[in-house]
Amino acid sequence: MELRVLALYPDQMNIYADRGNILFLQRRCEWRGIRFSHATTGPGESVDPGAHDFFYLGGGQDRDQRAVAADMVATKRSALASAVDDGAVLLAVCGGYQLLGHSYQLDAERLPGLGLVDLETVREEGSRLIGNVAIEVEMDGEKQVLAGFENHGGRTYLGDGSIPLGRVLSGFGNNGQDGLEGVRRGNLIGTYLHGPLLPKNAWLADRLIALAIERRTGSLPRLEPLDDRLEEAAHESARRAAFSG
Amino acid sequence: MSDTGQTGPLFGAKRLAARAIGAASRASGRGGGTTLPGRVLLRLSPDAIARMGASLDQGVTLVSATNGKTTTAGMISAALATAGREPVHNRAGSNMTWGIATALLEQEGSEGLFEVDEAWLRQVTGQLQPSLIVLGNLFRDQLDRYGEVEALAEGWAQMVAERAGKSRFALNADDPMVADLGRNGDGKQHEGVVYFGVEDPSQALPELQHAFDAKHCRRCGHPYAYERAFIGHLGHYACPSCGASRPIPEVAATEIELHGMDGSTVSLQTPQGSVRMELPLPGLYNVYNALAAVAAGLELGIELQTIVSSMAQVRTAFGRVETVPIGDRQVSILLIKNPAGANEVLRTLKLEAEGAGLDLWIALNDRIADGRDVSWIWDADFELLRQTVRRVTCAGTRAPEMALRLKYAGWPQEAIDVMPEIEASLDHAVEQTPQRLFALPTYTALLDLHKLLSGRGLAKEFWR
Repeated sequence: MELRVLALYPDQMNIYADRGNILFLQRRCEWRGIRFSHATTGPGESVDPGAHDFFYLGGGQDRDQRAVAADMVATKRSALASAVDDGAVLLAVCGGYQLLGHSYQLDAERLPGLGLVDLETVREEGSRLIGNVAIEVEMDGEKQVLAGFENHGGRTYLGDGSIPLGRVLSGFGNNGQDGLEGVRRGNLIGTYLHGPLLPKNAWLADRLIALAIERRTGSLPRLEPLDDRLEEAAHESARRAAFSG
Repeated sequence: MSDTGQTGPLFGAKRLAARAIGAASRASGRGGGTTLPGRVLLRLSPDAIARMGASLDQGVTLVSATNGKTTTAGMISAALATAGREPVHNRAGSNMTWGIATALLEQEGSEGLFEVDEAWLRQVTGQLQPSLIVLGNLFRDQLDRYGEVEALAEGWAQMVAERAGKSRFALNADDPMVADLGRNGDGKQHEGVVYFGVEDPSQALPELQHAFDAKHCRRCGHPYAYERAFIGHLGHYACPSCGASRPIPEVAATEIELHGMDGSTVSLQTPQGSVRMELPLPGLYNVYNALAAVAAGLELGIELQTIVSSMAQVRTAFGRVETVPIGDRQVSILLIKNPAGANEVLRTLKLEAEGAGLDLWIALNDRIADGRDVSWIWDADFELLRQTVRRVTCAGTRAPEMALRLKYAGWPQEAIDVMPEIEASLDHAVEQTPQRLFALPTYTALLDLHKLLSGRGLAKEFWR
């Protein structure tokens, strides 16, 4: 078994310790004897949709998003669209999530999005949405809690046909208004829970590892359980922080 | 008679009231009283800093940076003291408006020296009309509180534009975000700017660190090309597109020998000549702090030799390298609060360990002064110590997440204990330690730790 990860624009989109997510995937694969390969791609480079099963796009500052948005649409849009249609995992976090939709209205400027999901992001009056956050996610008929931290000026609104990743239990979510957080389309996930989201939610990391391997092998693997005492304690700690405000 | 200026009768009454509250707060033994009087005074009189600052007719120096402002201001204060000058100084490190107001309220003097929180710098500058502004660095830090690094840099740029020609500046040449502030739109250096920096290539990192904040030229947006980096994005850089490059520093460290926790020896080049300086504080980050202080000291008219001799006596700022005996063990305290600062502490500890096993206590809090967002621990290179740690106890409000980070950095899981409560975990860690324990708290955990040690009569009260 092998997990083939491609980090999109890691030099630009890494503001909230995004490498924690990649490291988390790597170790959990290694401990199970799953081969882990990790490639990166940056401005101007094209992507082979069949060469990777897990695509990661992290958070960035406004300037980084400006630098990345048009380039990503020009050089990687069609490859990412076909990988996602083919069942690859795409996890986009915070600033990366904002670039998945049609566009991101950043002050007077309109950054183009990948158009992989039906959503719009806009800057509105009011302060940034910052704080610990917990959402309820339903996956495979099972309700799970995803805990993390959000910090975003943009507000995201899902189109009618779009499915949110989860329902906000505590925190702001997509826009602080409609109680929804993130987006999900097949194995594509966008979320404002930023930075080291996976270390705080090992269940999601393992779920995504399995889905990415399934895309390659055609069958969903049963992952060997690990000694997750610290992982569970960290998840509880992040949850506690979210519910204590 | 209108109530304007320092001596108006109404303002005088407000000052007396605020002072009395500070005295009462200290007498109650509940806190340092380092900010309460200032908070009260600013409530009564929002322009109090400007009013009281007006009496500092020998000039005001402001120091700001993400990392090192307390230490740098402490070094400048030591140089001034050696020269027989005693500024009004927020030496306890309370660096938002209320801390500055408190220092102004409670100290007498004709000269001011204030460290200022990065996000408050523009406002304080507007009120104090400083004669000298010392800017050290901008790193990613507490993104939940400050917004993004570049937004902060933008605020600084506006402040500099307002003060250009009125204030003098000592700027770090090695931080592109800071260095560029010393130039106008055409790239020409402003009047009254002095640069400091490191000119010793042997101190370069083998590769660029992960937490790298100045990726793009502030002028044209093109990525900088780095010849070498020393700490995070501090280094020798140039923009290959528009040609904006690192200014040549007038105050430079040309040769640096680091001696682990004991400090360093630095060959200094300055407009007043060259000299060797013994620095009792560890790590390259303190060399940068010293360079900032030397540049500032020269600007303040202090003789180079006086500045250098004062460095030998610099006491570390509260919690920035402090050793306290507990029983027959030593506990050395090193503040960690963001990736760049933590990386320097980890590098210093790695040098210090020289292969022997390190005993550590790491306390991760997520209160407002720490930053509510603890994501940053995944940006810091805890991997540096994976082969040198013997035991580590994780404490603080987010202790389990700290422990998890260490596990994924490759620290042996059986060497990691998790005990959130500060006192119990410290006692546990000390008990497990044969000789010397290194305590790495975030800011509010450091306050908790200090209170605990003071309560046991082991550490001096840090406010005065």
